[in-house]
Amino acid sequence: MITKGLTLKLYETMLLARRFEKRMAELFQEGDIPGAIHLGIGQEAFAVGAVAPLRPDDILLYSHRGFAHCLGKGMSPQEILAEYMGRKAGCSNGQGGVHLANMNLGVAGVSGCQGGNHVIAVGFGLAAKMKGTDQVTACFFGEGTANRGTFLEGVNMAVLYKLPVIFLCENNLYGFSTSWDRAMATPHITARAKGLGLPGKVVDGNDVLAVYQAVKKAVDRARAGEGPFLIEGMTYRWRGHHEKDPGTAYRSAKEVKAWKKKCPILRLKRAIVAKKIAGARALYLLDQKVSQQVEEAIEFCKKSEYPTMGDLKKKIAYYDFKPRTWI
Amino acid sequence: MRHITFAEAIREALMEEMESDPSVFLMGEDIGIYGGARGITKGFIEKFGGPRVLDTPISETGIIGGGVGAALSGLRPVCELMLMGFSAVCFDEIQNMGGKWPFIHGDAGMKVPLVIRGPFGAGDGGVEPHAQCPESFFMHCPGVKIVLPFTPFDAKGLLKTAIRDDHLVLFFEHDRLYATSGAVPEENYYLPFGQAEIIRAGKDATIVAASYMVRPSLEAADQLAKEKIDVEVVNLRTLIPLDEETIFDSLAKTGRLIIVQEAYRTLGYAAEIAALAAEKAFGFLKAPIYRVTAPDYPIPYSIPLKKIYFPSVETIAREVRRAVNYR
Repeated sequence: MITKGLTLKLYETMLLARRFEKRMAELFQEGDIPGAIHLGIGQEAFAVGAVAPLRPDDILLYSHRGFAHCLGKGMSPQEILAEYMGRKAGCSNGQGGVHLANMNLGVAGVSGCQGGNHVIAVGFGLAAKMKGTDQVTACFFGEGTANRGTFLEGVNMAVLYKLPVIFLCENNLYGFSTSWDRAMATPHITARAKGLGLPGKVVDGNDVLAVYQAVKKAVDRARAGEGPFLIEGMTYRWRGHHEKDPGTAYRSAKEVKAWKKKCPILRLKRAIVAKKIAGARALYLLDQKVSQQVEEAIEFCKKSEYPTMGDLKKKIAYYDFKPRTWI
Repeated sequence: MRHITFAEAIREALMEEMESDPSVFLMGEDIGIYGGARGITKGFIEKFGGPRVLDTPISETGIIGGGVGAALSGLRPVCELMLMGFSAVCFDEIQNMGGKWPFIHGDAGMKVPLVIRGPFGAGDGGVEPHAQCPESFFMHCPGVKIVLPFTPFDAKGLLKTAIRDDHLVLFFEHDRLYATSGAVPEENYYLPFGQAEIIRAGKDATIVAASYMVRPSLEAADQLAKEKIDVEVVNLRTLIPLDEETIFDSLAKTGRLIIVQEAYRTLGYAAEIAALAAEKAFGFLKAPIYRVTAPDYPIPYSIPLKKIYFPSVETIAREVRRAVNYR
């Protein structure tokens, strides 16, 4: 049962992610963010719906398109954006960049080489089991990285040891430019997971309520000690792989347009209005509120200081092994 | 003082640290019921139970990735690789995850207290890739410590320190050393990292070596003593952190440096120590720095060829003479 309050919360978080990421794209174009950014516009429902059933102490390993996930877990737009802008106020003092983490909120990070999450998740699951906590680990990944050997090793071990790990596949049909059918001989990750003894379910990844319900069940099941579960959400990224890729070389405008019609946010908005959970005016004000929140974050981050060598020194204390140097 | 073998020293270190700290646990292939490919953990599963002595599938990325995740969760895993040469399979997990996760995610207090231990080096009849010495690869990985014990005393004291260390430690056990015996105190002790041992004092030349290579170095020193060449031998114990003080104090005294390394020649620890010597102790050198290493091709299987391939008492002695007779 999804309450009206939860429905509105899911809507607000998706909208925040959308507004945030749209502005990230602009900031990237304007040169405020160096390097590369991978936006998940169009995929917000799966991220937000799957993170919502988690407790604050549950572990989140997001994929590289992880803004909605981190916002959903409670990270602030400021600490995320400041990190991407390399500012001191970032969650890693502007020194880590695209890897967001906040262990107070259970956000543990992401493997730089995609597909590494599968095996890191095993460790978090083992630790929860050994320490006797009932923490659940949420391991997000794209369908493309289910082709890595780490998927087999991680899933096999999670099933074997009955670990409290939820595998959350964001199947957006493309790994960078490679469509799923050019990378896999079977269409669904659940099919290969079944062979490893990992039960799973395919859901409409653009239906946030369906995602929430399916993942909630899987989380409760894992927390009760019944082992891992896979939810595979079918979705689509509207933008390119990253912001230097227009995303047009490997897919048709028609295909992109068709998926934009399935916008997860618009879909929930219509349902909210139809079910009279909130009126159009209230939703307009909510949009104003989250947009304002994003603008405030941007203003804050642009004024925020860059880290100094002194800040770096604090951080690299872990890397100073204090060798006995000579002269 | 009592004498025990190198293998027994490792067993004792693991046993004592597991007894004193419930967050220490072991995972690896065949370590439980079978007791480990080298028999190090025989009887451990009976004493500590399955969860703390975890038999794993053949899944090196799962074992080490799992170890990193568990370490990030606050446990102290000790992962056994059946052979340290298998570290090639889990290089991402060691280098990018274990070494860098605390930096790139940078959440305050993140650390990776993980030990990866196992046999390496050319034992009897060993062949590629099993018999290789991969230790120097990891000198290029920030956040990773590298330990190569030579004596049973080193092995126990350094492994106990490794388990209590808050970093990823790679612990290399040479296959030819397991059966060797040496004095090991009954009392609890820990050997600090980054402190090499002058295992033989001398004034004419300094031989620096690690792990099993210390033995032919000592034998070469004995042989050279008959020729009135008085050689000092440094047992490195740890490559990262490196004890420059002991190495270059010795070099300042003798003026001649010979570095012995079982691994391939190019870019090994011998090259790094030679570079440091050239930078820091140039004025003390009475002769060029000579490296005694394996050549840059894979290890041959045939025993007569293998004898030519690896550094030997003869080749080490030859290079020392070359340094002493320079000019």
